[in-house]
Amino acid sequence: MDKYESRSAVTGMGMSEVGRRLMRDPLALTFDACLAAIEDAGLTREDIDGVCTYPGTVGGAPGISGAAAWDVMDALRLDVKFFNSGLEQAGQLGSIAAAMLAVSAGLCRHVLCFRTVWEATYTQLQRTGKVRYSGGGGRMGGDQQWRIPYGAASAANWIALYCSRYMHEYGLTREQLGQIALNGRRNAALTDYAIYTEPMTLEDYLGARIVSTPFGLYDCDVPCDASVAFIISHIDTVKDSRRGTGVGFEAVGTGNHERVSWDQGDIRYEPGLLGAAQMMWSRTDLRHEDIDMLQLYDGFSFNALCWLERLGFCAEGEAGDFLEGGARIARDGELPLNTNGGQLSAGRLHGYGFLHEACVQLLGEAGARQLPNQPQTAIATSGGGVPGSAFLLRKL
Amino acid sequence: MKRPLPQLTDSNRFFWTAGEHGKLRFLRCTDCANLIHPPVPICGKCLSTRQEVVEVSGRATLAAFTVNHQMWIPSIEPPYIIALVEIEEQPDVRLTTNIVGCAESELVIGMPLAVEFEHYEDVYLPVFRPLGMGQRQPGEGA
Ligand SMILES: [Zn+2]
Repeated sequence: MDKYESRSAVTGMGMSEVGRRLMRDPLALTFDACLAAIEDAGLTREDIDGVCTYPGTVGGAPGISGAAAWDVMDALRLDVKFFNSGLEQAGQLGSIAAAMLAVSAGLCRHVLCFRTVWEATYTQLQRTGKVRYSGGGGRMGGDQQWRIPYGAASAANWIALYCSRYMHEYGLTREQLGQIALNGRRNAALTDYAIYTEPMTLEDYLGARIVSTPFGLYDCDVPCDASVAFIISHIDTVKDSRRGTGVGFEAVGTGNHERVSWDQGDIRYEPGLLGAAQMMWSRTDLRHEDIDMLQLYDGFSFNALCWLERLGFCAEGEAGDFLEGGARIARDGELPLNTNGGQLSAGRLHGYGFLHEACVQLLGEAGARQLPNQPQTAIATSGGGVPGSAFLLRKL
Repeated sequence: MKRPLPQLTDSNRFFWTAGEHGKLRFLRCTDCANLIHPPVPICGKCLSTRQEVVEVSGRATLAAFTVNHQMWIPSIEPPYIIALVEIEEQPDVRLTTNIVGCAESELVIGMPLAVEFEHYEDVYLPVFRPLGMGQRQPGEGA
């Protein structure tokens, strides 16, 4: 199969400091990550001819978008042939697929991709009155009008509804679901940048305050400040990159065939995953037994469970049994999951963290948390209630 | 501080003000009778653009629920029950709503519900109560 995925690779990764309430300008975090990624690829800014990001300029919730494509293009004086951003992509990593397309089409040789969040600091600035709270008072338009007036104001509520339905249909228990959170916390203990590293027991998990049934505090990821960046390079340039190798794209799923809606589709699962999962598998001969690790979006514990099933690692309704006891998804298990701790414990790097962790593991650069059996393949996903994306990656 | 309310427009006013007459209303495709929600000026099933507003029974089925314990909006005091309900006439039409008049322990997925309305300013929010659990008396506040 001649496919666009084979014409590009990740040649550089960069990550800013990660923390709660760093009180740093999100542009500063962004430049730290971007410059680190450019250097990591063995490039200079003159080599960068494309910029892609998620979500770029957005209204309403600026904490989720710390820098736009234009900010980076202008500040770094980049000379680009292609750039884009936006919320309406296949998850946060849809911006990586856009970069791959630009490279594959011959527009670009090296696209800089980044994702910057500064939710922790932004919330603190709101609390202290340093930025004006813009969410109150006005009437709700658009899609929000169908949920916010009922106090269904958070993705915690919307995704808890699916989880409650899934539990009703398939008998999933909180103890089983909690394995995703416990696994993340165990893994985060080895991650230098993780937010939550102190050990957590099943009792801690079950005893945490309830946010929205069946979700307790540790089913919900932790907002943070961070920027993560990648260089997506043409495959022909990889041999000249700093490492002389990189991480290749075996197959990417960016499809969606569900309602784009929080309540009108299949309410047993987080929506927007199945099309991406099926499309990814349709573009490769690799199969489940060929996959060495999973980096699955876990904005909530249940999101990762949905990916496990939608990707076909267990049959419909069987994720609870799959997760039972947690051994299968552990670092030394048959299918290590979220080896940096995921968003639940490492922090909400918002999609980009999963690709970053897949890359450092595949390149053997994960340090203390490097998996004992050097992985050759990985799946990284993004999404979170919006239509998602699935990336099957392999070491070149 | 007030509860956040929908911005009424020519496209959604029929829905958010239907409670004035105690009825739940949806858009319906004139050609294939598909109920269309959220309101959009085309039918997703047959692509007809001919549509009309119709009243439905107000009965629904509880499809999923969560009890929210965290305060997100200062005017809406937790805990409260958020639900997905499926409209009797066409179960693939769902509303995200609140369940009233019922304790968490009494909720069962699949239970029958009936609509009632909470009136705020010019908006009537459809909420649902389990059938047979006592309708709100006239004059009782929202
Ligand atoms: Zn129709």
